[in-house]
Amino acid sequence: MSAAQKSLALHLGLIGGLFALAFILPTYHHGNFARIMVLATYAIGYNVLFGYTGLLSLGHAMFFAAGMYGMGLAMQYGGVPALPALFLGIIAATILAAVVAVLALRTIGVAFMIVTLMFAQTGFLTILYFGEWTRGDEGFVLQQKVRQIAGLDLSDPMTRYLAAWVLFSVALLATARMMHVAFGGVLVAIRENEERTRMLGYNVFAHKFAAVVISGAIAGAAGAAYGLLFGYVGATFASVQYSIFPLLWVLLGGAGTTIGPFIGALFMFYLIDYSSGLTSAYMLIAGVALVLLTLFARAGIAGEIKRRWAPWLP
Amino acid sequence: MLRLEKVSAGYGPVQVLYDLDLEAKPGEILCLLGRNGAGKTTTMRAIMGLCDRTNGRVMLGGTDISALPAHEAPRQGIGYIPQGRRLFTEMTVAENIEIGLMTRKKGKATRERVLDMFPRLRERLDQRAETLSGGEQQMLATARALCLEPSVLLLDEPTEGLQPSMIQLIRDAVVTMKDQGVAVVLVEQRLDAVLSIADRVAFIENGHGREVVDAEVLRTDTSLLEKYVGV
Repeated sequence: MSAAQKSLALHLGLIGGLFALAFILPTYHHGNFARIMVLATYAIGYNVLFGYTGLLSLGHAMFFAAGMYGMGLAMQYGGVPALPALFLGIIAATILAAVVAVLALRTIGVAFMIVTLMFAQTGFLTILYFGEWTRGDEGFVLQQKVRQIAGLDLSDPMTRYLAAWVLFSVALLATARMMHVAFGGVLVAIRENEERTRMLGYNVFAHKFAAVVISGAIAGAAGAAYGLLFGYVGATFASVQYSIFPLLWVLLGGAGTTIGPFIGALFMFYLIDYSSGLTSAYMLIAGVALVLLTLFARAGIAGEIKRRWAPWLP
Repeated sequence: MLRLEKVSAGYGPVQVLYDLDLEAKPGEILCLLGRNGAGKTTTMRAIMGLCDRTNGRVMLGGTDISALPAHEAPRQGIGYIPQGRRLFTEMTVAENIEIGLMTRKKGKATRERVLDMFPRLRERLDQRAETLSGGEQQMLATARALCLEPSVLLLDEPTEGLQPSMIQLIRDAVVTMKDQGVAVVLVEQRLDAVLSIADRVAFIENGHGREVVDAEVLRTDTSLLEKYVGV
């Protein structure tokens, strides 16, 4: 079996497994997995920029929130149906990502982190400033009757799960494909050695710009889907915490691997879920787990598997 | 043909090169010699557009490439192998070669030709670049640059830190490129290597271009070497 065949089998296996779980999981975990798949999509978007291109953003919440608010405001105040609103959300995040890319890519390293963080904070404060429309911290709820696509009720648990599954599957397969074509190879080359990549004749800025836009668009799609599937749009999703989450998920799961974002999101979600049932100091448990993983699996879970046993892992 | 006309270059406020003239013809090996800090590496970086050029022109086959962005130089046919190799260490040998091929959309024939030049790389296609020996890494860096099918090849100390058998392999590859009509510009500290393969030698002193002589002259008269290199 070639590496490409193994990779295809892995991705289809994961997608098939998640589809099967829709009919097996108990109600509580069913809802959790729908949420995890949307958040993993967000992490997949983050991974395009951080894991593959080597650009560490601390402001991805702005793209997630742009998708969410682009969709939510269009539905709430424009009366736009769910599906077009979803696309409006993605377009909003994509445009924002393009603008941020043009400005932030003038910097590198720590400066890039700080600039993206500042942009995200500006976005967060903007949402609060226009509280009359956005409802600020409180947010707003999308009524069940408007959360429908082609007669399918997105608030129905099974429909919601399958919608999240479709979103996650498309994002996973698209990024896996991207890493098998020339464009993906150049992103990795940029991460490895920017100047060398330029010396091989690649327009590094253009590739980094495309990476930010693709990453922002995927994060925006996740944000729009999250609002639509779970019926809530709020400023919390634009806060710095939601910029840190995808970084943690990707680091834990394995930066620069296609399945790492899913593993990281799944691991973190249940780690916090279970530890919060044991103690109010659940973040301490999460912190210890993170320290242990950092010490013993520096490349993250999938990254470590790739390093030790499965170098074909994309 | 590569020609530098009155090129001045440096890094920010620090000027390193002063009105440098240089010419590398197809099918010849031009070696740059000079003391440490003379400006040999900066000359290469100035050709590639990797440092600030404040004056002069870089001409490639009659076309002025001075105003082009840095990433355009390889697309125009200039291959550059910097000091220290700078491979994509987490990529495999095959992936490193592939990324070299993609730039100018070269295909399987180019890949095979390059691998024929370095059979050892063919045996290690699935191996990660960081696990290669120093000599093999230099082979890979050279192979990757050759994937561009360059008309001009810039080599900055390609044999630095290599064992003699590897030096011979790299040397043979450079001579092969020359025989194929490539203009090779070489920076090399090892004078025996310079004298054995160079056609012409250009001396650089404190950023200024000095004499350009046939290598043959230096094999009998070492006074210029004593003057500009101190040996």
